[in-house]
Amino acid sequence: MTSYTVGIVVFPGSNCDRDVSWALEGCLDIKTKFIWHESSDLSGIDSVVLPGGFSYGDYLRCGAVARFSSLINALHDFVRTGRKVIGICNGFQILTEAGFLPGALTNNKNLNFICKDVELKVHSQKGGWFKSFIDKNITLPIAHGEGRYYCDDYTYKELLDNDLIALKYIDNPNGSTHEIAGILNKEGNVLGLMPHPERACDKNIGGIDGEYILKNLIK
Amino acid sequence: MSQFLVKVFIRLRPSVLDPAGEAIKSAANKLGVDGINSLRIGKLIETELEASHENEVKEKIELLCDRLFANNVIEDYEYQFEKK
Repeated sequence: MTSYTVGIVVFPGSNCDRDVSWALEGCLDIKTKFIWHESSDLSGIDSVVLPGGFSYGDYLRCGAVARFSSLINALHDFVRTGRKVIGICNGFQILTEAGFLPGALTNNKNLNFICKDVELKVHSQKGGWFKSFIDKNITLPIAHGEGRYYCDDYTYKELLDNDLIALKYIDNPNGSTHEIAGILNKEGNVLGLMPHPERACDKNIGGIDGEYILKNLIK
Repeated sequence: MSQFLVKVFIRLRPSVLDPAGEAIKSAANKLGVDGINSLRIGKLIETELEASHENEVKEKIELLCDRLFANNVIEDYEYQFEKK
């Protein structure tokens, strides 16, 4: 897949950008390109990763400032072309703040920063992100203090009716609404999730379930 | 153009759990202060801005609140302002 390039967006405060690059280049042999958040040039980019971290120091709310970057403005057109975007952890928070995905992420119910592997149930096959995991549970690491997904009843019904709930926690660690860990947009080409697939791409560090998700960036 | 002093109060919506508020409430009880029935934490933003009239102040503040200061999925806001 040498002709395929995944853009990894770097904000001030991103800290999982190099992890994502290692997972894609080192484990999956997919070419990547770092894109500074002030750029609006997504030419030659086939799919985009918004990595984890603390963009703009999480000031005001997680993702609240990042959504005003040139790159996020350009991402609206990019998404409309049907190309894939995955937002991981802080990337998920940015996707909700910017209106790509419904709902919001706020501080964990127990106020702890939670850093551990969690078991997740795959709920939707929309977008082809989880086709290796039909009717299977997967294990991915989480690392967040503000990962409690919240939405109102109306939004939850919309998510259900359109098959947009991608992942649910088996043992809801942060108090998320209806155990939601990841959701999709209506077209299925935008995925936001709190767990870190890029940290589960090598058997030596605990599992490769993340690799199966990330490889679907190019399909 | 006139200068206006603006205070914006941002609160979690009543339906959204405030675990930080619960933790502070617990600490307040440990301090020995009885009768605290509820405690929720919000944000205060103070800003000075220029506008030619009060309606323009409101328009500016409401745009800022709706698009930046508050996330209307989980937060409500209110504001007050005075001419400097």
